[in-house]
Amino acid sequence: MTVATEQPKLDLREPPSWRRTKNRIATALMVLAMVLVVIPLGLVLYTVIARGASVISWSFLTSSIPVQVAPANVGGIGPAIVGTIEIVGLATLLAVPLGVLGAIYLNEYGGKNALARVIGFMADVMTGVPSIVMGLFIFSIWVLHFGFSGFAGALALGCLMLPIVIRSSDEMLKLVPDSLREASYALGATRARVTLTVVLPAAVGGIVSGALLAVARAAGETAPLLFTILTVTTVNRNLFSGANTALPSQIFANATSPYVGAQARAWGAALTLVVIAFILMLVARFVTGRFTRQGR
Amino acid sequence: MSTITREDQAVPASALSERRPLGDRGFQVLALAAGLLVLVILVLIAISTTQQASSWFSTEGVTGVFSTTWNPAAGKFGALAFIYGTLITAAIAIVMAVPVSVGIALLLTEVVPPRWARPIVYVIDLLAVVPSVVWGLWGILVFAPWIAGIYSSIGSAVTGVPVLGALFGPPTSGASFFTAGIILAFMITPIVTSLSREVIATVPAIEREGAYALGATRLEMIRGAVWPHSQGGIVGAVLLGLGRAMGETIAAALVIGSSATITSHLFAPGDSMPAVIANEFGEASGVFRAGLMGLGVLLFIMTIIINIIARGIVQRSARRQRGA
Repeated sequence: MTVATEQPKLDLREPPSWRRTKNRIATALMVLAMVLVVIPLGLVLYTVIARGASVISWSFLTSSIPVQVAPANVGGIGPAIVGTIEIVGLATLLAVPLGVLGAIYLNEYGGKNALARVIGFMADVMTGVPSIVMGLFIFSIWVLHFGFSGFAGALALGCLMLPIVIRSSDEMLKLVPDSLREASYALGATRARVTLTVVLPAAVGGIVSGALLAVARAAGETAPLLFTILTVTTVNRNLFSGANTALPSQIFANATSPYVGAQARAWGAALTLVVIAFILMLVARFVTGRFTRQGR
Repeated sequence: MSTITREDQAVPASALSERRPLGDRGFQVLALAAGLLVLVILVLIAISTTQQASSWFSTEGVTGVFSTTWNPAAGKFGALAFIYGTLITAAIAIVMAVPVSVGIALLLTEVVPPRWARPIVYVIDLLAVVPSVVWGLWGILVFAPWIAGIYSSIGSAVTGVPVLGALFGPPTSGASFFTAGIILAFMITPIVTSLSREVIATVPAIEREGAYALGATRLEMIRGAVWPHSQGGIVGAVLLGLGRAMGETIAAALVIGSSATITSHLFAPGDSMPAVIANEFGEASGVFRAGLMGLGVLLFIMTIIINIIARGIVQRSARRQRGA
């Protein structure tokens, strides 16, 4: 009987096994999922930039919309840009104050009571209402009585933005520490004053960034505008009467056109729209970044 | 979420006495009104669109509404083809988007370090800001012509094969159910990914560490610790994606092919409820317009039900995660 002559060298690495192979396969599949998303996104952005950049120029952004048969170097999308700015601007003016007020109700007044819970839940549900249904809704309550107008489009976009603004502002108000509120109450301030002068300023960065994301979403929406502004090709500075136009509706009108010039203008408008949405997203990120740094 | 309940919180002294300043009470009423606006709008949507659609419901009746013929020239307005198209494109989108979204969500939460996760989240956000009409434009001018060749070669390859022939056989067209499903899949991936990520992030770290301590590989840890916790929430996320896919209008309107047919051939042109509303509402009047409005009502009901179920599931699973 002998003692073990030699201690086998310990290999602490796990031996290769089916378990580890499966784990590797799973990780590879996750990376593949990422690749599957990046490729089409890259292709879309590449096509939009490549085809859009060749038509975009200052005169393209400012001149009037020509007839669809016009070649690519004639005219531009000026009225559509003006319309988008007007309509989305008005929608923002309608939806953001109301959305922030709604969030103030949910967070500062309602708290955990049943009504606030129902409103919060339904705001979540409302974000899922299809945009085309918002268009039909505004068509039946406004357009049928007062006719097509930029204001009707703004109402439809506002309805889409409202729940998004409520939800994002609500999240931000929740992050404001209660000690701030308590300190202000201790000084004898009323709830309205505390909300307006202490809570809102503390949350303003997040609220602005949430609102910007809602604006970015609204600026790209076509479906709610189809039956509310009735796409035309001329500038209409009066938002409250007469048909109007916007970038997404022009793209939609030109996308199915057989004319190369109209398609080229659609790509140019698409690039403009993507750039606008992208800038809004970047600004929102920048605001959030600043806000969280200050919060720390 | 703060852990302090409302009862423990400080309230302003003025709220205790009845002599609250008018401005304070006014502000509360204003805030309440803004909150109630959500409920008011939802109710108004239901009432006003149903009212506009009433002539469709009354002339067609239940059997007419759920019949297969949609022929405005002959005054036949049956919605079944569009309901079928909506469900089939949304199903294609879900089948493609869910594995990818859950994969990315797991990659972000379990595999890559936070430093790498941030750029990936940017990419997903970028996907979300590409407007629907831009997806549609790309879909109809670039993607559909390209994939039409692939469809026709698959189509001729599977002709005569029992099940595959019925699903993928000719007639094939670039603008089809399947193209719409693919584009919708791209569009719902961001929301399904971000919701799944939120759900997966609530899995307690101690369970992950426990699984690793028992010698589990990452895959086994995901199956044993992450999956049981996040199953419910992910089902909710998938349902929300389904709701989005069903209501997505402009991209579908451009690439679906606009042909009111019920067919098992996925590569054939079809139509969906939001697409037909977007494409035909402008020229419609009378019962035709009421019919399109009625499709909107059906779409609203379907998406509201799906969203209520989905939000309920997500909220319940979030509550369970927080303990209790």
